[in-house]
Amino acid sequence: MIDTSNVSEKTVNTSDLIYKYMRPEHLPHIWCPGCGHGIIMRDVAQAVENLGLDRDKVVLVSGIGCSSRAAGYMDFNTIHTTHGRAIAFATGIKLANPELEVIVLTGDGDASAIGGNHLIHAARRNIGLTVIVMNNTIYGMTGGQYSPTTPRKAFGTTAPYGNLDRAFDLAGLAYGAGASYAARGSAFHTQQTIQMIQEGIRHQGFSIIDVASVCPTYFGRKNKKGSAVDMLRWQKENSVTVEQAKKMTAEQLQGKLVIGVIHQVQYPEFTFEYQKLIQRLAKEREE
Amino acid sequence: MGKTVLMQGNEACVEGALAAGMRLYAGYPITPSTEIAEFSAVRLPQVGGKFIQMEDEIASIACAIGGSVAGVKSMTATSGPGFSLKQENLGYACLAEIPLVVVDVQRAGPSTGLPTSPSQGDIMMARWGTHGDHPVIAIAPSSVSEAYNLAIRCFNLAEKYRTPVLFMMDEIIGHLREGIEIPDHVEVIDRPTVDYPDAKRMPYQIKEGQLVPKMAAFGEGQRYNITGLIHDESGFPTNSTEEAEKLVTRLMHKISDNYDDIVQVDQVNMEDAEVAIVCYGGTMRAAITAMEKARAKGIKCGIFRPITIWPFPERELLAASEKLKKVVVAEHNYGQIVLEVERIIKNNCKLGFVGKVNGTVITPEEILAKVEED
Repeated sequence: MIDTSNVSEKTVNTSDLIYKYMRPEHLPHIWCPGCGHGIIMRDVAQAVENLGLDRDKVVLVSGIGCSSRAAGYMDFNTIHTTHGRAIAFATGIKLANPELEVIVLTGDGDASAIGGNHLIHAARRNIGLTVIVMNNTIYGMTGGQYSPTTPRKAFGTTAPYGNLDRAFDLAGLAYGAGASYAARGSAFHTQQTIQMIQEGIRHQGFSIIDVASVCPTYFGRKNKKGSAVDMLRWQKENSVTVEQAKKMTAEQLQGKLVIGVIHQVQYPEFTFEYQKLIQRLAKEREE
Repeated sequence: MGKTVLMQGNEACVEGALAAGMRLYAGYPITPSTEIAEFSAVRLPQVGGKFIQMEDEIASIACAIGGSVAGVKSMTATSGPGFSLKQENLGYACLAEIPLVVVDVQRAGPSTGLPTSPSQGDIMMARWGTHGDHPVIAIAPSSVSEAYNLAIRCFNLAEKYRTPVLFMMDEIIGHLREGIEIPDHVEVIDRPTVDYPDAKRMPYQIKEGQLVPKMAAFGEGQRYNITGLIHDESGFPTNSTEEAEKLVTRLMHKISDNYDDIVQVDQVNMEDAEVAIVCYGGTMRAAITAMEKARAKGIKCGIFRPITIWPFPERELLAASEKLKKVVVAEHNYGQIVLEVERIIKNNCKLGFVGKVNGTVITPEEILAKVEED
């Protein structure tokens, strides 16, 4: 269990958040009862509220899959793109208008299978996007196929005998690719996740928050994980902080969810550097 | 009078795009279109625009769509294999109605094919490459001067009709160098922007008698939704059969009902022609010589060159075919536009075909032989 007593949050009633940041006419959402994605969507709204961002300057970009429906439910500039390509679309938006806060809402399959190339290159480029992965370790929209984050030996409709693949560590992958902010939250750890999303948005450069969601309908049912509450309880009971994890052996970390900021460093942000180039060329012409 | 400069076709495409207001280019290196990326990388930051080399072809078109959504005129360029890869997002831009210019400097295929050799093998992919029924505007230049002027036209049509426009260059024109006149002033059209208060709630609202919804850029305060799903005027997904039919029908009519504004055709010596060479893009160069040689031999030969490939200038061709004895289609492929020509001319006149798939250019003599054939 992680201590949350030192995490500050302005107290905002959830229904106030909904009326302020959601599009109530497009609710209820399509997610299954017990899905963790709604919690994460709420975390995004709370983070925006805490930061006091101008909604007109916030852009949500999503791809395809369960996660990607989140964009349309929220009252920002929203674009629901093609499968895997949200980060590439977001790159164009940010490059065209660096004043916009561009947040990508994506899933594990969207971000790391079909969209894996865009994820690593946006991280390497250090463009100022905030990527929030609603990581439910399964393809939910298509009915429960294994994804790049499905644990080894877990079941899916396309892994009827247990998954032979190894799972991606998305925050670690992004770190390796050059992300200047990489963190992991969970649907259970809302306070920490809100904090990470805030940090990610404030961060000058590419940030990724890999948020462990829960999919009771497909992953839970196929793998006998119990109810949605049981799955959230699992997150609570099996999580350790990044600091705790550093003192643990690989064996002890088996089956644990490591929560916290994995990596944070300052590198020059891409669109800022490009603006500097434009200014330099303009100055050279004047001289 | 503008100034005359020596320029390569790919470079002229970039300069035309800049004159039309392109301020974002996203691309990936591929022969024979690479110079478009290289010139864009040099020129865009000089005019306050942005160039980005993306990680792949799919990301390049996605990035360009994103730029356009944020209100900046955007372009991507590629060649055959890359054009294949861009097809899904091309359909997205059609459905979501995002202005965009996609350049395909065609090379010989299929697959990796003959990367440095000329071809016009992507003409049907331009029409049907992305899945589902969708409108298309595709334009083919046949000189460096046209690479410049028609690049401007591509942007103007993309903005006016809120649609991707395909600039179907070929290796012949892309790598050709000739003197062109850069005009002092060019007509530039910008997308219809939002001027009504309800745009936030109804971003795809169409006023009576109109076919193109107005468009707000992200960040302007409208906070609307864009999706690749079938959507209603609110911009949100719908499963309504009526809305699906209404949307797809409007998208098709948006282009077809504006045929006169969109379709351009170059007709040379067609007044008295008995035989017409139908060609487009770089093939025009050989066709001119073939026509001249035919005329010298006393054959009343003309050229019918679609500048707008899609929609195909079928009204003009049908009218012309009624007065012709024969049409000879010349194109650098195994026979693509010839199928469209065959459909249009019905049995009004005879039909001959000159095609080539070996990576070399069609010669005037090859066209002339078909013109002379009984």
